[in-house]
Amino acid sequence: MKALIQFVEKNVQPQFEKGGKFAKFHRSFEAFQTFLYVKGDVTLRGSHIRDAIDMKRTMFMVIIALMPALLFGIWNVGFQHYRAIGLEETLLDQFWFGLLRVLPLIIVSYVSGLAVEFIFAEMRNHEVNEGFLVSGMLIPLIIPVTTPLWMVALATIFAVIIGKEVFGGTGMNIVNPALLARAFLFFAYPAQLSGEVWIDTTLREGQQLVDGFSGATPLAMLAINETQYMPSLLEMFIGTIPGSIGETSTLAILIGAVILVISGVGSFRIMASVIIGGLAMGGIFNLVGINDYMLLPAYYHLVLGGFMFGAVFMATDPVTASQTATGKYIYGLLIGVVTVLVRVLNPAYPEGMMLAILLMNVFAPLIDHYVVEANIKRRLKRLKAVTVQSNA
Amino acid sequence: MPKIIKIKKGLNIPLAGSASPVVESTPFSDFYGVRPSDFHGLEPKMLVKEGDEVKAGTPLFYNKHDDRVVVTSPVSGTFFELVRGERRRIMELVIKSNGKKEFEDFGNANPKDLSKEQITNLLLKSGTWPFIRQRPFSVVANPNDTPKAIFVSAFNSSPLAADLDYIVSFDEQNFQTGLDAIGRLTNGKVHLSVDAQNTKSQSFLGAKGVEIHFFDGPHPAGNIGTQIHHIMPLNKGEKVWYVSVQDLIVIGRLFNKGIYDATRLVAVAGPEIIKPKYYKTISGTRVAALLDGNVKIDPSVPLRCISGDVLTGTKVATTGFLGFYDNLVTVIKEGTNHEFLGWLMPNFNRYSSSRTFPSFLMPGKKYNLDTNIRSGERPFVMTGVYEKVLPMDILPVQLIKAIMTNDVEKMELLGIYEVAPEDFALCEFVCPSKIEFQTIVRDGLDVIRKEFA
Repeated sequence: MKALIQFVEKNVQPQFEKGGKFAKFHRSFEAFQTFLYVKGDVTLRGSHIRDAIDMKRTMFMVIIALMPALLFGIWNVGFQHYRAIGLEETLLDQFWFGLLRVLPLIIVSYVSGLAVEFIFAEMRNHEVNEGFLVSGMLIPLIIPVTTPLWMVALATIFAVIIGKEVFGGTGMNIVNPALLARAFLFFAYPAQLSGEVWIDTTLREGQQLVDGFSGATPLAMLAINETQYMPSLLEMFIGTIPGSIGETSTLAILIGAVILVISGVGSFRIMASVIIGGLAMGGIFNLVGINDYMLLPAYYHLVLGGFMFGAVFMATDPVTASQTATGKYIYGLLIGVVTVLVRVLNPAYPEGMMLAILLMNVFAPLIDHYVVEANIKRRLKRLKAVTVQSNA
Repeated sequence: MPKIIKIKKGLNIPLAGSASPVVESTPFSDFYGVRPSDFHGLEPKMLVKEGDEVKAGTPLFYNKHDDRVVVTSPVSGTFFELVRGERRRIMELVIKSNGKKEFEDFGNANPKDLSKEQITNLLLKSGTWPFIRQRPFSVVANPNDTPKAIFVSAFNSSPLAADLDYIVSFDEQNFQTGLDAIGRLTNGKVHLSVDAQNTKSQSFLGAKGVEIHFFDGPHPAGNIGTQIHHIMPLNKGEKVWYVSVQDLIVIGRLFNKGIYDATRLVAVAGPEIIKPKYYKTISGTRVAALLDGNVKIDPSVPLRCISGDVLTGTKVATTGFLGFYDNLVTVIKEGTNHEFLGWLMPNFNRYSSSRTFPSFLMPGKKYNLDTNIRSGERPFVMTGVYEKVLPMDILPVQLIKAIMTNDVEKMELLGIYEVAPEDFALCEFVCPSKIEFQTIVRDGLDVIRKEFA
């Protein structure tokens, strides 16, 4: 391996450097190179030693945390499909069916998004940022399995360019790119993002849907107040319900949350305060209680729809969330509150999580502004106290 | 029970190779050096030419901005060479020792009998003035100022730092004299901060003429910036001074003996040192003299010698010299090796303060850290990681961004007067985006200093 690396650095790398044949692709080469191995670059200024963590490691922790939700989601796609057509299949068959449906979505999302990232990195001559490694995985997990591939590509490209690159790239964006991709689909192609889209009901010859089949998500049932087919709380917690690919299993998402919190990559402050905010708003509705939806026990909101997925993987995006410690609590609480508010009060949007997070993404800098102002005021107050003392 | 200031935020980096309390006799060094870059903001104007005879205490150069501030020779001998760098910048002054101990005589005196002016003049004349530094900006103090207070840290919490309890045990008398001397320079107090857990020396706990503060917590609890922030935070327009324990001992010797005796105890430490221990030597000694035969030699592994600690020290060649303020030489590996899929592998030999590497499962393990940077620089992405290692009421990311955008007003409001590059060394260490905090903070401080000069 060492010999290979030496060969590459000696013979291939110069081709991509200034004056080389492929100098245009310098950043792309570098991206693949640093993906394969950590380079022998040493510190030149400042601290001589550095923490072993880097952006790749950080992003990879999120990918690991997403694995339970992804694997469950893949299986659930198959499970829902065979249940809809009334066939008993083995776990493996169900998983295989799901894999064939989900894998293309993941590939399309990564290829289209990374293409944009690489082009911009070359254009702006900066290193390819790792942020999209996570976004590219998040996008397929928050859309219905039936979303056409071209739509996924379109939404991804839109989100990366309009959501990220126009603001200056990774670290500068205002809203979460993955959620922006979903919002784009939701508003541009509403027919493909709501209604009977959650279960792959492609029928082969001789197959038919079972009697009384409804592909509606529990949230949709609640919104139109038809709750007689509602799955049980346990089913919703485990995740054997229709929904976006990765969002259904609260259990799998919680496993991911534990990984994020232990590794320190995801903010526990945000996760906890989103949940508290949701419970609090749900509790208030319980007290008001003028319709059935309001009477739904507050904790149901946690297992319904994309609440947990949003709280754990979307709201915690460090770039678009509040960046100050105090700000994170406020930001999280408001996401929880707004989500339940939208769900219960606005029948046009059965799911409020996406809109709540996007809204709070926009407000996060404002929240931070006030936290920073408070810090500044403490310092000015101290100065004033000293001046008064010395004048007295 | 005295009030203990608890520092909760911070990080003790588990670097292997701390020095055991053993002192080796003076290693001989032919050459001694002085680096003007050790004195940030000082512009050297030469007072000697190559070939001039010097004694310990003979002025070598003065500060262009204030000709009373001089730096003097640490040893007697000949001024051997003036090393210049790009654009004829003075890099190093090399003095060839004559092996004799000849000192300029400054006259001994009890600081209690002297006025502030007399003490200032003696310190200036003998070249010990530069030991006194000021905050804000972390530069050599201005002799025209009267500081609000003077701070001394009696413990050093940085990785592999020399044990000041041990060092002071060889010079108890001189340390107290040094405290007495600087005590006359301020109308306020001299604040001496000790480690609530580990400081045992009566030289510190029983020091006279000072106010003692107890600190408890991880690095940077021993940093002067942390201590000032918790004892008496700096506001715009205020100035405080600080002196290190080792430098106070030299000042004490000046008053007790009337000479500039730059002898100091230097810890030689780090994972690449065979027997980490202390050396009694003289300021500006050649690093090679301290390392002779005590370094693990493996021709395939290049090493890095650092004058100072791994977070804030200066990279020096083995033919280079010990820094003016330093009492530690650290030797670690250069991290020039590739690591196949290094970002992905579990990697049990890499240390991370985050819990993304298994190092968090092995508390107590010491690491052989190298200088590999791990990644190229990225924009700020992660939040909350910097606040965990900065025990100040300062928003690190916001302050750094204000500096990056050159927003002077914002820098002031966010507390740039309270910080120095070393306070951000841990932020730089933990940063997953590999942003150069210390360089940025220094740039910001320079901008402010010029703005109000």
